[in-house]
Amino acid sequence: MPQYSEKVMEHFTKPRNIGEVAEPDGVGEVGNPVCGDMMKFTIKVKDNRIEDVKYLTFGCGAAIAVSSMVSEMAKGKTLEEALKITNKQVAEELGGLPGNKMHCSNLGADALRKAIEDYMEKEKSAV
Amino acid sequence: MKTINLDLAAAAPVDPAVLEIMLPFLTEHYGNPSSGHNLGAKAREALEEARVKVGLLIGAEPRDLIFTSSASEANNLAIKGLVEANKKKGNHIIASSIEHFSVLNQLKTLQRYGFTVTLLPVDHDGMVDPEELAAVITDQTILVSIQMANPEIGTIQPIEQLAALVRGKGIAFHTDATATAGWVPLNVDEMGINLLTLAGDQFYGPKGSAALYVRRGTRLMPQIEGGIQEKGLRAGTENVAAIAGLGEAARLASESLQERAEKTASIRDQLKDSLFKVVPYLRLNGHPEKRLPRNLNIAVEFIEGEALLMRLEMAGIYVSSGSSCASQALKSSHVLTAIGLPPELAQGSLQLSLGKESSAEDIPYITEQMAQVAELLRNMSPLYHKFLKEGQKNAPVQ
Repeated sequence: MPQYSEKVMEHFTKPRNIGEVAEPDGVGEVGNPVCGDMMKFTIKVKDNRIEDVKYLTFGCGAAIAVSSMVSEMAKGKTLEEALKITNKQVAEELGGLPGNKMHCSNLGADALRKAIEDYMEKEKSAV
Repeated sequence: MKTINLDLAAAAPVDPAVLEIMLPFLTEHYGNPSSGHNLGAKAREALEEARVKVGLLIGAEPRDLIFTSSASEANNLAIKGLVEANKKKGNHIIASSIEHFSVLNQLKTLQRYGFTVTLLPVDHDGMVDPEELAAVITDQTILVSIQMANPEIGTIQPIEQLAALVRGKGIAFHTDATATAGWVPLNVDEMGINLLTLAGDQFYGPKGSAALYVRRGTRLMPQIEGGIQEKGLRAGTENVAAIAGLGEAARLASESLQERAEKTASIRDQLKDSLFKVVPYLRLNGHPEKRLPRNLNIAVEFIEGEALLMRLEMAGIYVSSGSSCASQALKSSHVLTAIGLPPELAQGSLQLSLGKESSAEDIPYITEQMAQVAELLRNMSPLYHKFLKEGQKNAPVQ
């Protein structure tokens, strides 16, 4: 098994918030099967806050743990706060990631940001 | 927790009988085979006895075997050694695109030194087409190197047919039989090859024990220069214990080859049938029949291999994967790419290597765990959800 932190293993073993929210307000997808990692985040927004967030992930142990951690970090945050979550913070919260996984698997914050941007775009065009 | 090793090609325990033969050469018979005095006599005898035993495994004369520290070293001696000694005859080398990195990386280096390299494609089963080989031979070709069988997908090449195409043309034929020796009967004369690589750790000998068969008349330049050990082709004090172990492992393999291969292949086939019956959306990689008896390689659709490997390890099952994430280089396997597997299937490929310690009794547990892990990871896979939404219209490849 790769050298993963306890926190990564904990999230990999018991990933939180798996799935897709019903009638999502925003959808964000990143990655492709060539590099080996794909993530799809769906969010439900209420009063400018992330009321619910779920994800689907195709990827290695790190990618799964990252997705799970991002979903926990984002839940209940205002959109502005959630947009400030960085891939680096996610890795730190997970107790670090192996060097070679920092680039390809640490895409959770990007996917979340895309979901929030998707929601904001829709809001704009709805006005 | 019970552990089941399905990665026995990566490493397997040394056979106790092999270990017993090895130990005295680390203690009481510690002598140097090159010594003029009697302390080296037992060590010298051990080397020659091992040469006879390894020769019997592949139908070779003992004196045509050069002991090396690894199959990688033997491949380097075969390829760099041959082209250095024969560069006046030509500068063209042919190999398959699914060779081991100890062949492919040398060829990259040799290209920088001015050699021309042609890598032959393989079909969807991993087979080299003899007609394609015939078509690329030129008057500059000095070496063809095609593995006997692929360690990852198990496909066995038609070596006799391929070697026949270069005979009488002054072209040497090397085959990397690392994954094959000890598991499939080999005879260097029937195969019609000049050079053959084998390694003891693939058939219950120790790591660090390997050999290169060199047909008489095939000229090589040493790649490790120094003393005149191994006919001057491989300098350095011989690793006597490892070589003695290689010899004994070769003897045991020769003795029980057919029985061991048939038994392992039967368990492998039962495991394959059980997995394909219970776990949906699997695809077999490699040739359905012409494959190593111990090898099974399957793509588990919609799932990435490292996550699968980690989940199976949590259940006590050790496997290996061709996914980019599971590799140090973060690149998916060049072999799976060469057989035309789409990236998402290459990412989810598992290599299972059985051995004499494998048991059919473990099949129900392996199958149950594989089914559970596949379901769990598919439920969180965006590719699987997309597939379910789009229905069967993009039915998976079978």
